[in-house]
Amino acid sequence: MPRILVQEAPFDVAAEMARLTASRDDIGALASFTGICRADDGLAAMVLEHYPAMTERALTRIAEDAMQRWPLTGCTIIHRVGRLTPGEPIVLVLAASAHRAAALEACAFLMDWLKTKAPFWKREEPREGAPRWVEARAEDDAAAARW
Amino acid sequence: MKILYFAWLREKLGLAEEEITPPEGVVTVRDLIAHMAARSPAHAEAFAAGKGVRCAVNLDFATPDDPVKPGDEVAFFPPVTGG
Repeated sequence: MPRILVQEAPFDVAAEMARLTASRDDIGALASFTGICRADDGLAAMVLEHYPAMTERALTRIAEDAMQRWPLTGCTIIHRVGRLTPGEPIVLVLAASAHRAAALEACAFLMDWLKTKAPFWKREEPREGAPRWVEARAEDDAAAARW
Repeated sequence: MKILYFAWLREKLGLAEEEITPPEGVVTVRDLIAHMAARSPAHAEAFAAGKGVRCAVNLDFATPDDPVKPGDEVAFFPPVTGG
């Protein structure tokens, strides 16, 4: 079962990694990705909105898809919502497997799919001027299409 | 039918959700979008062609050809930008 969390609070990467490997001796690779809020163009904060009823279901599907495509022993997706400032982590993806290729590929797949198939929207608050919604990027669609 | 709006659609309409009773003949997402666009000038603007509005029916992403029926929860939103 994948571990799926959508929360306002920060997450503890080390604790999440330890949770996936605890009391197992068949894991040879644990890949992780942490997405962090960047201070582009004088960004003061980023507000993440989501569709609560749909989010967990969408994330669970993405994770289950990864577990079918690769021989994973476990995977975790934690996505934060609400107001985040530059430097703060936004998203954590972990994939554990016997071997590194599966773990690394699954991790990349999870991020590509998450960016295009999970109901989150980002709104940027610049230090000066009006807030603006982040537009979806064609590169993200292209990255997701390669799987 | 419960209609939900997210991101700039919610802001543009000043509305997070509304309850509607679509007329007979509204059987697909495409029909529903045409019906919603006729509700007010703000709706027409929000649903204007080329805005790239996406849809989910009962918590699954849907295409314009997917069916809708009374009692469904239908959400409209821009392309997602998570991660």
